[in-house]
Amino acid sequence: MSAVATSTRQAPGGMNVKLANRIVIYGLLALFAVFYLMPLFVMLVTSFKTMDEIQNGNMLALPRAPTFEPWLKAWGETCVGLTCAGIKGYFWNSIKMVVPAVLISTMLGALNGYVLTKWRFRGATLVFGLMLFACFIPFQSVLLPMATILGSLGRFGVTLQNTFGTSFGLGNPTVNLVFVHVVYGIGFTTLFFRNYYEAFPTELVKAAQVDGASFFQIFRRIMLPNSLPIIVVTVIYQFTNIWNDFLFASAYAGTGDAMPMTVALNNVVNTSTGVVEYNVNMAAAMIAALPTLLVYVLAGRYFVRGLMAGAVKG
Amino acid sequence: MSSVATTQIKLTPERTRPRVSVRSRLQDALPKLVLAPSFAITIVFVYGFILWTVYLSFTNSKTFPSYVITGSRAYQRLWRWTFDTDPPSSWYTSITNMGIFGFLYIFICLALGLFLAILLDQKIRGEGALRPIYLYPMALSFIVTGVAWKWFLDPGLGLEQTLHQWGWTSFHFDWIKNKDFVIYTVVIAGVWQASGFIMAMFLAGLRGIDGEIMKAAQIDGATTFQLYRRIVIPLLRPIFLSAFIVLAHLAIKSYDLVVALTSGGPGGSAWLPSNFMYEYTFKRNEMAVGSASAVIMLMTIVAIIVPYLYSELREKPR
Repeated sequence: MSAVATSTRQAPGGMNVKLANRIVIYGLLALFAVFYLMPLFVMLVTSFKTMDEIQNGNMLALPRAPTFEPWLKAWGETCVGLTCAGIKGYFWNSIKMVVPAVLISTMLGALNGYVLTKWRFRGATLVFGLMLFACFIPFQSVLLPMATILGSLGRFGVTLQNTFGTSFGLGNPTVNLVFVHVVYGIGFTTLFFRNYYEAFPTELVKAAQVDGASFFQIFRRIMLPNSLPIIVVTVIYQFTNIWNDFLFASAYAGTGDAMPMTVALNNVVNTSTGVVEYNVNMAAAMIAALPTLLVYVLAGRYFVRGLMAGAVKG
Repeated sequence: MSSVATTQIKLTPERTRPRVSVRSRLQDALPKLVLAPSFAITIVFVYGFILWTVYLSFTNSKTFPSYVITGSRAYQRLWRWTFDTDPPSSWYTSITNMGIFGFLYIFICLALGLFLAILLDQKIRGEGALRPIYLYPMALSFIVTGVAWKWFLDPGLGLEQTLHQWGWTSFHFDWIKNKDFVIYTVVIAGVWQASGFIMAMFLAGLRGIDGEIMKAAQIDGATTFQLYRRIVIPLLRPIFLSAFIVLAHLAIKSYDLVVALTSGGPGGSAWLPSNFMYEYTFKRNEMAVGSASAVIMLMTIVAIIVPYLYSELREKPR
């Protein structure tokens, strides 16, 4: 190794060694690219094949006669447990859960970050530390109490329903999941905004304060207009996390019509009645993956930044 | 600076004196009032619930929670099961799997991530195209990853079948159906999902290293290997730490991947403690045991995360 490296600078024959080096590096990089792309490729081509072709053909071959049939079937007909109406309903369940959960947790995170950096008080670091630790807990340690509380709220909702004709959303699995994701998402959103606002010039806030601007005026007119990058990062991070969640979804909406997409997909794949339609399974998996993949393709830079911000603090 | 702000915010001139003081008192409390709900939620739903789980682990809760303390029976059972190796108890399987999975997952992700980052840092043409390819699995749900790899590793459908068709008929790869090896398929899928992200972390770290140091070392005659071994990798220490923390907590939280990829494996042979907790709490009506296992998981995380967070937050004011 050492001989190789030194010869590249001195000997005239170094060019060849250098070229060989480059070939090895590019070869390895290409090999790993294949490793990362393979499962997605297989999933994609399989979802466009007929069952006949899957059983008799090669996994890696392109579909001979590409068909959209599996996608249509996955969307509108396939069986999730005992209901055979496709995954479309569950897809919308996920959307209905993700949108409010992301908006609320992001908004709270922005306010918290603003308070923690620009209105420091004694004990602010401790408060932040306690909220931050909440990001890391294994959710198994809160799973059961939350199930108990949601159960009681649900029963209370039934009482309300009987007396007032509306349960105010209590006991609705989608509402429950929004609540759960907000509660356990605040830590991350607060972390993102806190770190971002830490670098935001405090003089601007001070100046506005001297001029009599109120707490919320400063937030609305000064902080928010300058927060676009971190809002994008937070929204993407929360969207990906909540869309992909399985543990909460299966614990609190694991059966029935309110299942989110991930639970429905797991059910589709593990439904053991009749012939297993692999092409439909793969199409369903692709549909479940598309929203987050799309976000990744459109805003990859922000996606990575969000992951980094969650990993490398300060 | 201040003139800029005055143009935006108008003061109401006709305020009377007492109103100012009430208002200003409110203004003083406002930031805390805004933070209070989030903090209260965290205290109740994170720390309160953790205590609740700890409490339940000392009861004899079965299908439904019971609130009569009956001692540490759940922990004693877990402790006994820890040594039940023949036949292996579910708990023994879970924690052994955790050890295998945790070690391999963290180690391979770190090694592969660093290796790819170093390769990509060699002024590669097409880096912009390669990076997203390595990283995209992180955007997928563990369930999708599980479904894809389940298909890929299935002996009758995936890799084995394909190689048979290509003429390598003696090729045999049925780990996903083998109770002794199924946990390694979880490692493969897990590494596939997370290693690209670790690569991105290392790459960011490599790009942050001062080029002058590298040049100076090269002038001093350091070989490429020495350069990385002696200078670059030691400089990446903080990234190693962050990546380790991320991976360790992902590993302990892993649950979905085992469910989607293996459905628990033959006879529960792919369980991790998270699966153990879920099954015992919600399916086997052993709530106290489930809670005790959750507490043990939490303690493991605390041991890793708390020192890290403490040092991170303490260094800040400097």
